Amino acid sequence: MTDAALTSSPPAPLRALARINPKYLIVFLITLVLVLGQARYGILGGYQPLVTALGICLLTEAVLSRLMRGRVANLSSAYITGISLSLLIKPQANILWPFALGAFLAIASKYVLAYRGRHLWNPSNFAIAFLLLTASRHVAILSHQWGNEIATNAVIWVFGLVIAARARVLHVTAAYVLSFVALAVARNLVIGGPLVVELAPLTGPMYQLFIFFMVTDPRTTVSTTRGRVVVAGLVAALEAAVRLAGDFHLSLLRPFYPSPPILALALVGPLAMWWDLRRRRRAERPAA
Amino acid sequence: MVRAVNPRAARFVTSLAFLGGLTLVVVLDRTGPPVSPVSTLEVRFTEVARQAGIDFVHQAPALDPKLDNVAPLVAALGACVSVADVDTNGWMDLFFTNSRFGAPNALYLNRGDGTFREAARQAGLADLNRAGEGVSMGAVWGDYDNDGFEDLLVYRWGYLQLFHNRGDATFEDVTEAAGLRHWMNANAGVWLDYDRDGVLDLYVGGYFRSDLDLWHLAGTRIMHNSFEFATNGGQNRLFHNRGDGTFEDATEAMGVGSTRWTMAVASADFNDDGWPDLYLANDYGPEQLFLNRQGERFELVDAGLTGDSKSGMSVSLGDLHNRGRLDVFVTNISERGYLFHGNNLRLNFLPELDRFEETATGAVADAGWAWGAQFGDLNNDGLLDLFVVNGYVSGDRDRDYWYAMSKVAGAQGNIFEDARNWPAVGSLSLSGYEQSRVLVNRGAEGLQDVAEATGVTDEYDGRSVALADLFNRGVLDVVVANQRGPALLYRNEGDPGRHWIGFRLVGRASNRSAIGAEVTIEFGDVRQRQVVAGGMGFCSQNDRRLHFGLGDAARVDRVTIRWPSGRSQVIERPAVDRKHVVVEGEPVAVRD
Repeated sequence: MTDAALTSSPPAPLRALARINPKYLIVFLITLVLVLGQARYGILGGYQPLVTALGICLLTEAVLSRLMRGRVANLSSAYITGISLSLLIKPQANILWPFALGAFLAIASKYVLAYRGRHLWNPSNFAIAFLLLTASRHVAILSHQWGNEIATNAVIWVFGLVIAARARVLHVTAAYVLSFVALAVARNLVIGGPLVVELAPLTGPMYQLFIFFMVTDPRTTVSTTRGRVVVAGLVAALEAAVRLAGDFHLSLLRPFYPSPPILALALVGPLAMWWDLRRRRRAERPAA
Repeated sequence: MVRAVNPRAARFVTSLAFLGGLTLVVVLDRTGPPVSPVSTLEVRFTEVARQAGIDFVHQAPALDPKLDNVAPLVAALGACVSVADVDTNGWMDLFFTNSRFGAPNALYLNRGDGTFREAARQAGLADLNRAGEGVSMGAVWGDYDNDGFEDLLVYRWGYLQLFHNRGDATFEDVTEAAGLRHWMNANAGVWLDYDRDGVLDLYVGGYFRSDLDLWHLAGTRIMHNSFEFATNGGQNRLFHNRGDGTFEDATEAMGVGSTRWTMAVASADFNDDGWPDLYLANDYGPEQLFLNRQGERFELVDAGLTGDSKSGMSVSLGDLHNRGRLDVFVTNISERGYLFHGNNLRLNFLPELDRFEETATGAVADAGWAWGAQFGDLNNDGLLDLFVVNGYVSGDRDRDYWYAMSKVAGAQGNIFEDARNWPAVGSLSLSGYEQSRVLVNRGAEGLQDVAEATGVTDEYDGRSVALADLFNRGVLDVVVANQRGPALLYRNEGDPGRHWIGFRLVGRASNRSAIGAEVTIEFGDVRQRQVVAGGMGFCSQNDRRLHFGLGDAARVDRVTIRWPSGRSQVIERPAVDRKHVVVEGEPVAVRD
């Protein structure tokens, strides 16, 4: 490879991509997931959940940011949360309150459950985890799959990986996926059966939403690259522990079994954020 | 100019609202639908199967050992019950299917004194579960040759079998001669006269692919390839009755060869054009409505069904709100925390809007892992109620398969299409030990579950349910076939003070069984329609005498019968608390 080649600028599309704010790339990606999922598989199950969740997320963000910060915040984060909730929450037939309350709690959690001005939970992760743990009579998690087509999976993965790279969170995605795979292999050695069963969840839409929008959320991840990799690994480790408990039918943890990754992140994420913010505060203090 | 808000006050208000939201979630989750008190005089059932001489216990199939890891899930079908007056003595008889090689099916002939006599072996209907032939998955009665005696189609995982009723409660296997010896892994069947030529045709729903012999599998790639959009099931087939005792395959010509893992089929004229349509409940896919275009072809229409893909198990038809329309109830799966597919209660607006409107909520939507269901006026109050049976696999009480299944359920279809990739089920439960639902229609208050109060408390894995006035008392009794369990007979002990009216229809220009005929009764401001069905629910068939509860009304103003032939017949002010025998085109006879 010549020096010229090494120093030449990237192709025009990539240069254009580089100029776009990563936040909007993520907005694009979740819109892509929504459109693909709905057009091909009717993944929403009607438009009322989308209108409810998205509307309340945007409204809550606008009102609370105006009320508490004196100005209406950029609504892209609320948009991502609203779409995530409409895709991931699958309640009992024809009820909308989980979308309405989930949307409000998700956005409000950013303003209430904060430490040193930073919210601790990914908003949709908080809302979904809370609904799953306290309202399981009426709420379940997305259990659809992308049909039997590899193409839909491929589109989501390709766009997801490119955008994660541009948003500089690819290392989080990679750390989580690699940890999940390694721990799935380890669990399989313990419990036996086909390995593909343990790897299978990664191929479903729920995990794709989790991997590209939840565990990688820049606002709720720790400040260092190494820290983010460790946190992703810890989430995968706690998830593996929950799954192992499920494999052995430990009844105490039954509420966690419908969605181990969501609940693992809900536990590990805020603790890591709190620890990171506390550590940074100490580092910022002037030496005595 | 932006006016600053006191930050502390704003934070306080936001926190308060947040706490309120958290509390509201918890409260709403614990709030069930309101249930009005139910009078035990109004609806009450007593389980009397043993006393009545019904001792049938279903046995599940034992399939190819390659499926051992998922055997409890795959071999979870086949307990079915169908009702007919087999010996034409005026009392309804019961046929139960069994599903293990060597296990006999059962025919219980109604003695008319509250007891039954098992007569399957003498009838030639017992020994149908044989290696190389298949195992029974359900049966439907219909007089295909219009000789006045009910014949029987048994569909199996294996060859179809058609039995001709000789008229003395014995049967002759005429499958080969009728041209119906086809291997289908079928779980649904319905008689209908789709071309209105006066003889019954047959529609059979394939479940597993018909090239599979489930006892001698070449491989394990036999499962559905999607949980929502699978199309790799067995092909459904339509058999046209030539009228000479033989049938021809009309599937392709009529365009009804769905491969969507059909679990149940019902036929009726949904759009009021005079031609019987087909409504399919499909496992792992959306429901399908095939509208009959003048007997020349069927057209698959959207009708608001395609965007709602679930796991349909049963199709029941009933005029829920006395609108003179046939609405549709389709059972599905609900399991707390994991899955809310929810049952569908679809109101029929086809004639004006070309679609159904889905309305199920609360106890109607969530009946657990629901299987067979039937509409019927259980308390004779003039409103149709619903009886729903449920429960998939009852194994260990404290260990279930839901978590294990969730690993593959959201994954790529190629993975779970191969049965080998499924975690071993072993002795785990999957939505086991569920209680049936008795959903009483309270009019404007909706349908309310009163099962416990009415004495319906069993926890067997219910599959098939049929309603029949077994003791000719003017009330509907309930018969349940349980997978790997005993048959149940819930005798209706409800209030005898309420009025009712019943009709047994006999076709002349129409098929003799009058399958497809519609009866609409009018009393006061009530207008209720029912249809004579050639199979309804999940692998079941109700008493084909139509039963209408009248509540306190001691008079019926008008009865309109629309025969499959197209002929209409009106009966003015028929006597109530009677079963009327109506022969097409003849004056009404009254039967006590």
